[in-house]
Amino acid sequence: MLDSTKPVRIGIEGVSYSLTHVPDLVRFGSKPLRELRAQPALGAELAKRLRDFAAATAYAPHQVYIGNIAPEKLRDLPRPWYEKLIEGATAQGRFGDLVDQAKFYALLAGADQFNLVSFEEKWFQAQAAAHSIGRAPRFKPLSEIQNLCDKGALPLHSADQLVGAFESAHEEDASLAAEVLLENLAGKVSAAHSLRLVLDSLNLNPDDIDFVISCSEEAVGDRYNRGGGNLAKAIAEDAGCGNAAGCDVKAFCAGPMYAMVHGASLIQSGVARKVAVVAGGSLAKLGMKFESHLKNNMPVLEDVLGSFAVILSSAMPNQPCMRLDSAAFHPVRAGAAPQAMAEYLAEKPLARLGMKLTDVDRYAVELHNPEITVPSGSGDVPRTNYLTLAALAVMRGLIEKNEMTDFVRTRGMLGYAPTQGHIPSAIVYLGHALDALRSGTIRNVLFIAKGSLFLGRMTQLSDGCSFLLDRNEL
Amino acid sequence: MNFENQGVIKRLADQYGPENLTVVLGNGEANGVEVFAETVTEGDPSYAGPLAGVALKIPVYHVLEEEVMSQVPESLREEKLQLSSLVIEIETMHQVLEASREKI
Amino acid sequence: MFKGKKIIAIGERDGVPGPVIAECLEGAGYEVVFQATECFV
Repeated sequence: MLDSTKPVRIGIEGVSYSLTHVPDLVRFGSKPLRELRAQPALGAELAKRLRDFAAATAYAPHQVYIGNIAPEKLRDLPRPWYEKLIEGATAQGRFGDLVDQAKFYALLAGADQFNLVSFEEKWFQAQAAAHSIGRAPRFKPLSEIQNLCDKGALPLHSADQLVGAFESAHEEDASLAAEVLLENLAGKVSAAHSLRLVLDSLNLNPDDIDFVISCSEEAVGDRYNRGGGNLAKAIAEDAGCGNAAGCDVKAFCAGPMYAMVHGASLIQSGVARKVAVVAGGSLAKLGMKFESHLKNNMPVLEDVLGSFAVILSSAMPNQPCMRLDSAAFHPVRAGAAPQAMAEYLAEKPLARLGMKLTDVDRYAVELHNPEITVPSGSGDVPRTNYLTLAALAVMRGLIEKNEMTDFVRTRGMLGYAPTQGHIPSAIVYLGHALDALRSGTIRNVLFIAKGSLFLGRMTQLSDGCSFLLDRNEL
Repeated sequence: MNFENQGVIKRLADQYGPENLTVVLGNGEANGVEVFAETVTEGDPSYAGPLAGVALKIPVYHVLEEEVMSQVPESLREEKLQLSSLVIEIETMHQVLEASREKI
Repeated sequence: MFKGKKIIAIGERDGVPGPVIAECLEGAGYEVVFQATECFV
């Protein structure tokens, strides 16, 4: 056990976030795929409500996500954000970027080692070739692409135009169906893109990374092992990290937080020197709430894959760091009540550091964009999570009941992450947290993520993971 | 309400008779509660789930409504529900659910 | 009221989860025939 009186810090060198805008893949999200099969007429309605890249780029929450707007500023921006677009918004962010669909198709082609995806050559050369990296793309005449789609391959469109096909790898193995492989490959390439971005931004040699941990939301495997995994290794390869080994960490939405703790532990123990924690986007979650967006005359807002990559290494002086000695989990016997979760993930680990709930300058919780969730009746998720922490502070006599709103406003923020599952779960705030810690605006941030394990039908339990960030004031 | 849970409720209504059942919710916000209530009273308002067009008329409560809270032993209430009662604004939900119950 | 009725508990992860509703209603003397927790995100 760690000596509870000595801080244990792991350095966070940097983070990059990407939003890959894939409007023509929304139809392959889990909910749209099912609904469009049941009611094909919905497809035309859905198509009418898809945003173009410019609109996705100028969407305020996306600009916050890539680092161009501080989360605190979101409160002051006029709403609805999908109407009041940000003038002069760029796809390049201070710690991330937006990737357009044509580039994504190029990345898919370049990362495809099993001849799964093919494109129509003329379209590809005109629109995507400039972004080609990795393997040479497979070209097929349009008639053959159409033929493949008629036989079950997934059609890849660029607006109305059919430009490619994504095939299955096996006629009978459900784990190698086209939908599954597209989901997995999309996760791989979006994560690899974020990893390349962060290495570039930090002027790091890819060879310096000796371990990659992926915490994406997918199941890579075959019928004998549906979740075999280690997408991390594939991501490391794609990003050119030749000296890296890797493995996956899976814990539903709390995956990234656990991955950070594991990565930090590898460094603390000396097993690794420079660790990349990465996650690709979730294709399955595209268009999850599209029906409510259509019903409310909104654009389909779940049209982006969210990915990130963090580089961890030994703590340097004055650097924002993860306090590994603050890592906290939610044990089996704790039970699902919000009070128990807040105690195990916030109150107890803080107490071990000699801190109270009110000694935390900022909390990063489930940061789902409320503009996406409210129209479907799912509520404002960050707000509920912040109020839970505030309520515990009231019960402990640290603040008055009438100070709860203030607690939420000063220590919390509006949600801005796309509903990509693992991405909103605290980790999305890391970029801004590093900024705020470097500038001295805040002294610390407590990151708290939750995982809905019950969704997998193996346990009724919820789950969670948390840790504190502060500066290495040495 | 997700389709799987709608299906289970339908099955339980067949098994026990809807007049012998009560649904108790734990929603964090009023946003969405009305749809939940309508789903098990009048039927799935989206007409998409197993309870589409099926009017079970099962009364719906929220666990934090006074009618439910007053029946929960004090120690359990304090340990499991007190914090939620500070977080969740029950008044709007109570009005929505009471109106739903009166319609049955 | 609902005395004597059997309970179906549908909770929400960030609100009051299913197992918590079930525990409270069982403590009140009810039979809980089904409990689930919905996660909207």
